Amino acid sequence: MEIIAFLMGVSLLVAGFFLYAFIKSVKSGQYEDDYTPSVRMLFEDQAEETNP
Amino acid sequence: MAELSVSYDNRIVKNFAVATMLWGIVGMLVGVVIAFQLVEPSLNLGNPYTTYGRIRPLHTNAVIFAFVGNAIFMGIYYSLQRLCKTRMFSDLLSNIHFWGWQLIIVAAALTLPLGITTSKEYAELEWPIDIAITLIWVVFGINMIGTILKRNEKHMYVAIWFYIATLVTVAVLHIVNSFEIPVNLFKSYSMYAGVQDALVQWWYGHNAVAFFLTTPYLGLMYYFLPKLADRPVYSYRLSIIHFWSLIFLYIWAGPHHLLYSALPDWAQSLGVVFSIMLIAPSWGGMINGLLTLRGVWDKVREDSRLKFLVVAITSYGMATFEGPMHSLKNVNALSHFTDWIPAHVHVGTLGWNGFLTFAMLYYLIPKLFNTKLYSEKLANFHFWIGTIGIVFWVMAMYWAGVTQGLMWKQFTPDGYLMYPNFLDTVTQIIPMYIIRGIGGVLYLVGALVMVYNLIMTMAGKKLVANENVIVQVAEKHEENPKVGYGHRVLERKPVLFTVLTTVAILIGGAVEFFPAFLVKSNIPTISSVKPYSPLELTGRDVYIKEGCNSCHSQLVRPFRSETERYGEYSKAGEFVYDHPFLWGSKRTGPDLHRVGSKYPSGSGRAWHYKHMVDPRSMSPGSLMPPYPWLVESDAKWSVTPNKIRVMRNLGVPYPENYEHQALADMKVQADGIVADLALSGIKAKPESEMVALIAYLQRLGTDIQTKKETAQR
Repeated sequence: MEIIAFLMGVSLLVAGFFLYAFIKSVKSGQYEDDYTPSVRMLFEDQAEETNP
Repeated sequence: MAELSVSYDNRIVKNFAVATMLWGIVGMLVGVVIAFQLVEPSLNLGNPYTTYGRIRPLHTNAVIFAFVGNAIFMGIYYSLQRLCKTRMFSDLLSNIHFWGWQLIIVAAALTLPLGITTSKEYAELEWPIDIAITLIWVVFGINMIGTILKRNEKHMYVAIWFYIATLVTVAVLHIVNSFEIPVNLFKSYSMYAGVQDALVQWWYGHNAVAFFLTTPYLGLMYYFLPKLADRPVYSYRLSIIHFWSLIFLYIWAGPHHLLYSALPDWAQSLGVVFSIMLIAPSWGGMINGLLTLRGVWDKVREDSRLKFLVVAITSYGMATFEGPMHSLKNVNALSHFTDWIPAHVHVGTLGWNGFLTFAMLYYLIPKLFNTKLYSEKLANFHFWIGTIGIVFWVMAMYWAGVTQGLMWKQFTPDGYLMYPNFLDTVTQIIPMYIIRGIGGVLYLVGALVMVYNLIMTMAGKKLVANENVIVQVAEKHEENPKVGYGHRVLERKPVLFTVLTTVAILIGGAVEFFPAFLVKSNIPTISSVKPYSPLELTGRDVYIKEGCNSCHSQLVRPFRSETERYGEYSKAGEFVYDHPFLWGSKRTGPDLHRVGSKYPSGSGRAWHYKHMVDPRSMSPGSLMPPYPWLVESDAKWSVTPNKIRVMRNLGVPYPENYEHQALADMKVQADGIVADLALSGIKAKPESEMVALIAYLQRLGTDIQTKKETAQR
């Protein structure tokens, strides 16, 4: 059982760090391009036959 | 920009699509059968293999892991290639994944009717199949991550994040919940006991809903909805927030399945709080989906696939509003164990999963065969009959659930239970069960029409097995590493991204397990609670094999309406030797935790015997299937010493070398039961499953002293 406790303690530490990194990235305005990905996915790929 | 020639693998998508249709029909058909079994017990067909307790798990496993599972893979294999602008990582892995998954489904369809089950809901499959699932899931994982790594598109579209969260979390959930020690090839015991097992199971169970029925489908929604509407998703920013908050919150919500149970209060409250908070990201996703259609609602009028999507997303919104409401303790007190819960579940499964799957199929099959849908009219018909089917199904069960919940709690002015006979609360809702069954039939008819429509679409057409396209790829020197930081950098690093996602979902699990495992005072032990006798343990396995826990709970909640009806409420310390726990989640029949003291130890045995052979002889109008085969079937005593040994390894305090004594003790106990039955003129075999089951039932809940006058009721 101790090993589970140990693993979970470690997970919590890493997770806390991750939460910190995530909040920091949000606060520093990461998402300046939060539009074009949604449009680019709409473009269908060019079929090879029509464009030899 | 450079141009690159890429060939997409469409064959694997088609394979998963066909499997989705096939297993969807099978799973829904079994669903219709069990729905009518609850109206007319003779539909159990008088044999073990088609009895409700065994094929109810067959229905849930078939629709969740076979129908929805294959639909997830179909959608991911199609969209991932196009979002990453590359072929799947390995065709070989794709094929191993496909055939491996189908073999697992076949194994499930064979073992569940045979009564080979762990009893843990949505995790019923026994340990060899659990291992196979793990291996195939790893194959899927390598294939998916490999594809993401070799992608020709820097940005990872929001759908991919949802796929990654699904991959990682399902793996963690499945492995943690499947820790079990084998007795033999077909039998294992959960490593956790009682309350801890319940916590792990519902942490798994709830997150199976979250990460198998929700996150992959949200990813698919973010791909197929914009494609079908030809509109970008309403807010890409919202999708980012939606993703992170959803995976952070979901993992904590499991304990809301255990409100008013013997689970420590703090864990229950934690589950409630996070369940309420879940409304925000869930509705964020729903709103993002529906608003994507702003300005193009006219298309919904024309396109049956968009109709399916609109109902799917609306159902998602309704189910995710209702879920948090059920998590409120005062609502849960009424709704838990009633048909309200299946109603809630089926809004999600029939509406959200089913309809989104249908929309994908109607979109993909014509595309894969480079043709048009055979009949738009039939697709429209499918939409309407399916929608009406859902309404019939869930309205009837809402009504049934609330009716029965209120009847259970109703007291007369004098302070007695208004409906002391549980059966009265069952016969009251049988008309609702009939309407539910009709709803199921309508939904199934719609699905059959779809299969016909799609077969006609494919007929005579050639599959575009490899779709060759030209994709635009940014060249190395065009990359500016300084552009984008934080999340944008993360989006380009799938391995790091996967690790961080794992961490995010582990937080919730860790905080709930950590104290529950370590803080002893959470599970007070009771000195009078002793391990099961070998015969009782054998009987308990008969109970598991027949799936009794599908319809009977073993958890009396601390309400006067329940202690009056069943007896003393359940204490955590009573379950410490229960590998696995058998609390159940639905009371189609009455709770059984105090059934041991309900009937006197001598003559009560004959009651159990007669009731099992023909329930209606003891309770006229009962919906319970008859179990006549228990009289003849052998309880396999030879396995019991090994079971004792495994249980001791799990920490159950059987004395050293007790397994050598076990068979002699079984004989004594069984002979006592046979002698009692003989007094009522019943000739029973000591080695039969019936005798073992009676031993177990009469032991249930008797370890602590209960007030006789209430327990006798």
